[in-house]
Amino acid sequence: MVIKRPEQIPSSEITDKKVYLNRRNFMRGAAMLATVVATGELYRRLNEPPQPTPRGEKLAGVQPPAPSVRSTSEKLTSFEDITSYNNFYEFSTDKGAVARKAKDFVTRPWTVRVEGLVNKPKVYDLDDLMKIAPLEERIYRLRCVEGWSMVIPWVGFPLKALLDEVEPLSNARYVAFETLFDPKRMPNQTTSVLDWPYVEGLRLDEAMHPLTILATGLYGEALPPQDGAPVRLVVPWKYGFKSIKSIVNIRLVADQPKTTWSMYAPNEYGFYSNVNPNVPHPRWSQARERRIGEYGLRDTLIFNGYAEEVASLYTGMDLKVNF
Amino acid sequence: MKPEDARFIKAIIFVNSLVPLALLAWDAAHKNLGANPLEYVTRTTGMLTLIFLMLSLAVTPLRKMTGWNWLGMNRRVLGLYAFFYGSLHFLTYIWFDRFFNFKSAVGDVVQRPFIAVGFASFLIMIPLAITSTNKMVKRLGGKRWNRLHKAVYVAGILGALHYWMLVKSDTRLPLTFAAVLAVLLGYRIFSANRTTKTQTRPTIIPR
Ligand code: HEM
Repeated sequence: MVIKRPEQIPSSEITDKKVYLNRRNFMRGAAMLATVVATGELYRRLNEPPQPTPRGEKLAGVQPPAPSVRSTSEKLTSFEDITSYNNFYEFSTDKGAVARKAKDFVTRPWTVRVEGLVNKPKVYDLDDLMKIAPLEERIYRLRCVEGWSMVIPWVGFPLKALLDEVEPLSNARYVAFETLFDPKRMPNQTTSVLDWPYVEGLRLDEAMHPLTILATGLYGEALPPQDGAPVRLVVPWKYGFKSIKSIVNIRLVADQPKTTWSMYAPNEYGFYSNVNPNVPHPRWSQARERRIGEYGLRDTLIFNGYAEEVASLYTGMDLKVNF
Repeated sequence: MKPEDARFIKAIIFVNSLVPLALLAWDAAHKNLGANPLEYVTRTTGMLTLIFLMLSLAVTPLRKMTGWNWLGMNRRVLGLYAFFYGSLHFLTYIWFDRFFNFKSAVGDVVQRPFIAVGFASFLIMIPLAITSTNKMVKRLGGKRWNRLHKAVYVAGILGALHYWMLVKSDTRLPLTFAAVLAVLLGYRIFSANRTTKTQTRPTIIPR
């Protein structure tokens, strides 16, 4: 066998080999690149980054907060965070995905039926509802049962104004609320992650409390779908899930109504669900909270800092039992 | 397969496994981690830990079913990536959830049992990562090494349980992981039974 020394190999052959190697390296590079792009694409698909929410329609005639209502000077959570981080299981259980899934949710026409133990039951069109009382700005802390919080400039009016209009009967002791049920418009209602429609409830005195509002906007603009458009409840001293979104029905009743989360897990979520750092959730502590936009943790305040206004509603009640 | 092709496939898997980390770092640098960055990073790294654990467990069944023996060489790197993302997951927690306050972490374990379960899963992965080198395989001996590394199934089960315990109501994904894990584990038990039946060598009989 003849072993050629390098200088004996014709130059044409060397070039060929180089081309061959180059081509091979090129193919490998391309294959590497293609897989990296595909993996990146897959990661982005599974973990979609939030899209900015377009600003809503400006609400006319919004008044400053009523002087009787103590406001807060805490820094407002940004519009972007309020509209991209939402618990609204009707659209998605992924807080970052709700805004995207709710983007095309149509909220006109919209009616809210108010019925039950009242003198004057009525079906309100949204526009009529918004004329019941002047719209006010209300800057409230919102504390989620999951352990995060925000400061939100809501626009709305006291629920009391609506209840006064329909005139509750003397045997009405509770108010039951219901969210829209329409799986075509609320796609996650086709799953059974919760019992639909979402229902919530308040004691009548809680519902009549001046802090309790029906909100139709935030940051001076109409509510974006992901925040509960077109009308939602806001009860600032209770965990966020009590503040039911996209309401279609309000019913005055004699007995304590069923509420979605307490039906789902009665040992974890009570009817009252007042913010209380001393009553831990069975699976985590409620003593501290992460304010969205801040680095550290803050102490959670009893009744979310509204004890002065609402503690008297619960005198004599054991808050550990009635959690 | 030629060794250089095998090396290339290894490189592909190595580089692709870093893609999520690169994108996570990119998003962090651009302040694009959403309203709750801590939660976003914790969830992403936790998910990656579980995914890489599953991928490493899928290697052997896939290799046996397809006969692609070259797949086998990639099991170790996938397992190590699971440990790597698990370490990032743990670091995120201890840093941004507990601010390196280990005493408060212990308190948290008591209040949030899902943390304890996740931690147990992570603890199991540590000796497996340490003994992943060729040298350690030799030192332990193949059989002992194999027995030790069966613990990866326990880590996987605890990981899926940890996930299931922490969700509020949407258990679909954790249950999917549990199902995949059950299939992988079932395959392992099934094929082990078959080998013991067909093989006659006494050494294979479990003791
Ligand atoms: C080292 C100890 C561990 C700690 C302290 C820990 C802690 C946590 C925390 C705090 C969360 C976020 C919970 C939330 O946002 O509500 C989480 C989520 C998660 N962890 Fe862990 N974990 C640990 C180990 C593990 C391991 C070993 C795995 C996988 C085998 C794992 C998989 C997950 C998954 C899949 C999630 C949920 C991701 C999601 O919600 O999308 N964790 N963990």
